[in-house]
Amino acid sequence: MDDPLIIAGKSLKSRFLLGTGKFKNKSELTETILKSGAEIVTVALRRIDLERHADNILAFIPENITLMTNTSGARNAAEAIRIAQIARAAGYGNWIKIEVINDSKYLLPDNAETIKAVEKLASDGFIVLPYMNPDLYTARDLVKAGAAAVMPLGSLIGSNQGLKTKTMLEILIEEIDEVPIIVDAGIGRPSQAAQALEMGVAAVLVNTAVATADQPVLMAQAFSKSIEAGRMAYLAKLASASDLASASSPLSGALFE
Amino acid sequence: MNKDAARTLTRQHFGRTIGLYTPLYISNYCDNHCVYCGFHSQREIKRKKLSSAEIEKECQILHASGIQNILILTGESRLHSPVSYIKEAVEIAKKYFPNIALEVYPLETEEYHELFLAGVDGITLYQETYDQAIYQKLHLAGEKKNFTFRYEAPFRMAQAGIRHITLGILLGLADWEKDIQALFVHLKKLWKTYPGVEYALSFPRLQKIEPDHSSSFPVSDADLLNIIVTARSLFPRVGINLSTRESAALRDSLFEFGVTRMSAGSSTVVGGYAGPEEAEGQFPVCDRRSLKEIKEMLRQKGYDPVITDWRRITNESI
Repeated sequence: MDDPLIIAGKSLKSRFLLGTGKFKNKSELTETILKSGAEIVTVALRRIDLERHADNILAFIPENITLMTNTSGARNAAEAIRIAQIARAAGYGNWIKIEVINDSKYLLPDNAETIKAVEKLASDGFIVLPYMNPDLYTARDLVKAGAAAVMPLGSLIGSNQGLKTKTMLEILIEEIDEVPIIVDAGIGRPSQAAQALEMGVAAVLVNTAVATADQPVLMAQAFSKSIEAGRMAYLAKLASASDLASASSPLSGALFE
Repeated sequence: MNKDAARTLTRQHFGRTIGLYTPLYISNYCDNHCVYCGFHSQREIKRKKLSSAEIEKECQILHASGIQNILILTGESRLHSPVSYIKEAVEIAKKYFPNIALEVYPLETEEYHELFLAGVDGITLYQETYDQAIYQKLHLAGEKKNFTFRYEAPFRMAQAGIRHITLGILLGLADWEKDIQALFVHLKKLWKTYPGVEYALSFPRLQKIEPDHSSSFPVSDADLLNIIVTARSLFPRVGINLSTRESAALRDSLFEFGVTRMSAGSSTVVGGYAGPEEAEGQFPVCDRRSLKEIKEMLRQKGYDPVITDWRRITNESI
C-alpha cells in the first residue's frame, strides 16, 4: 500500500514517531527503535552529552533514523529558540520539536510562546514541529508561522490517558489540511493510537507507554501494528455506527416471492 | 499509598532513570551557630575556603570522573563567601559542567538573579525545621536566626529565574510528621505562585556531629521510606533527592520508591577531591561509592543512570 506520510517534503513509510526518554537502558532503546519501524525519533537536547561520552544517548540511535531534537526545559520562546540553535550548531540537523512548557505540574504547552518560537525558527530554516494544546486558532497561527506539522496533545504528557481532547482533535482534523496533524502526548495503549489514526490524524508520537512497559520492544511492535491498522481503517472509511441492530446477512426478501 | 504504588507512579513520570550529581564544597566558614551542625561558627574546626586555582583543580578532578551535574556548597558566611566569590566559582565550574546548582545561604532577589545570569540553574535551601519555637532554640546566632527571610528565599529564587529549586528539612530536629506537612504546604504555595519552576525535595537525616547535640526526634529507616512514599503520592511530578548521608545498603533498597536523583562519589570536605584532607567534612559520607560504582549498581537494578539532564543556555531575564 503506497501511503506515505509527507513532512516538509520528506516521505516516510511509518506513522509512528518515537520519544527516547525514560528507557531503563540504552541498548534496549536501540532495539526498540529498530523494531518499532519509526523513522523519526525525538531526543531532548538536555539529555545529549555534547562531549560524547560512552553512554551518550545519540550513540544508541540507528544511523538511518531522522533525529528530531526537542526543546525540553524551555520555559518561553526565547529559551526554545536558543536550544534549537545549540542543537543545529552542534550538528544535530534542523528538525526540531518545539516544546515550551512553563508549568511543571501539568506540563501543558504554552501556545502563545510556541507560536513565537515557530515563527522565528521556521524563518531561520528549521523544520519545526510544535507540541501544542489542541486549539484551532493556535493551529492556524502555527501553520501561518511555517510549522511543518502540528502536534496536539491527546491528554497530559506521560499520563497514558488516551484521547481526552478528542473533540478538539476532530476540529483540527477537519480544518487543518495544510500540514500533518500528529498526536504527541497521552497515548498510553496501542488501541488509543489506532483510534487516533482511525479519526484521521496523520501520525502519533509515543514515548512513556513504550519506554515504561515491562517489555518496550514488544510494546513498540504492538504500537506499530495498531498504527498501521488505524491508518488502514481510516483509508477504508469507517462504517457508520447505529443505535439499532443491523443484520450482517440481511434477508433480501427473495425467499417469499 | 503503599510503596509499590509509589514506585509505579515514579516510573510513570520519570521512567527507570536516576539523575546523578556530585557536591563540591568550596568553603566551610560559617556565620551562624546551629547547635546541631558540624560546621557552626563556634566550633573549632579547620576552616578552609578554596582559591580560584583550587576550585579549578576540584572541577578538573570531578569532570574527569564523568559527572555533569554539580552542586556547589558555599558555606553560610556572607563574610567569607560573598556573592562575588560564589559567582567566580560558578564562572570556573561553567567551563566543566553543563549544569550547576548551589547550596547557598538565603540571598536577596537581585543576588539570585545575578547568579542565574552567571549560569546557575538550580538552588537548594533547607528550612531545617518549620517549628519556629524549635528553630529559634537551635539557631543561636547569625543571619540564619531569621526564619522568615529563609522561608521566603525560594520565592525570591523563583522570581529571579532559577529553574530548579530544592527544598527540605533536616529530619531529627523536630517532630517529623509536622515538619513534613509544613514542607508540603511550603511547596504547594511555591508551585502555585511559580508553576514554571521544577521542584525537588530532599530529606537528610541528622547525624551525630556535634557532641552536645543528639537527636531528640529520631527518624527510623521505615519513617524515611514513609516520607518518600508520601511525598511521591502527593506530588507525582516532584523530584526527590537521596544523598550519600545514607548508607549504600539503605540507598539501594529505598531509591526505587520515589527517588529521582542521587549524589555519587561525594566528599563533604572542602578541597576533598584534590586532597590531602585539610578540613573536616560537614557530615560523614556513609555511601562512599564512586560514580562508576553507583552507575553499575543502578544498571544492575534495571535503571538508567542519567548523567546529562540539562544543557546550559544563556540565561536571560524572564
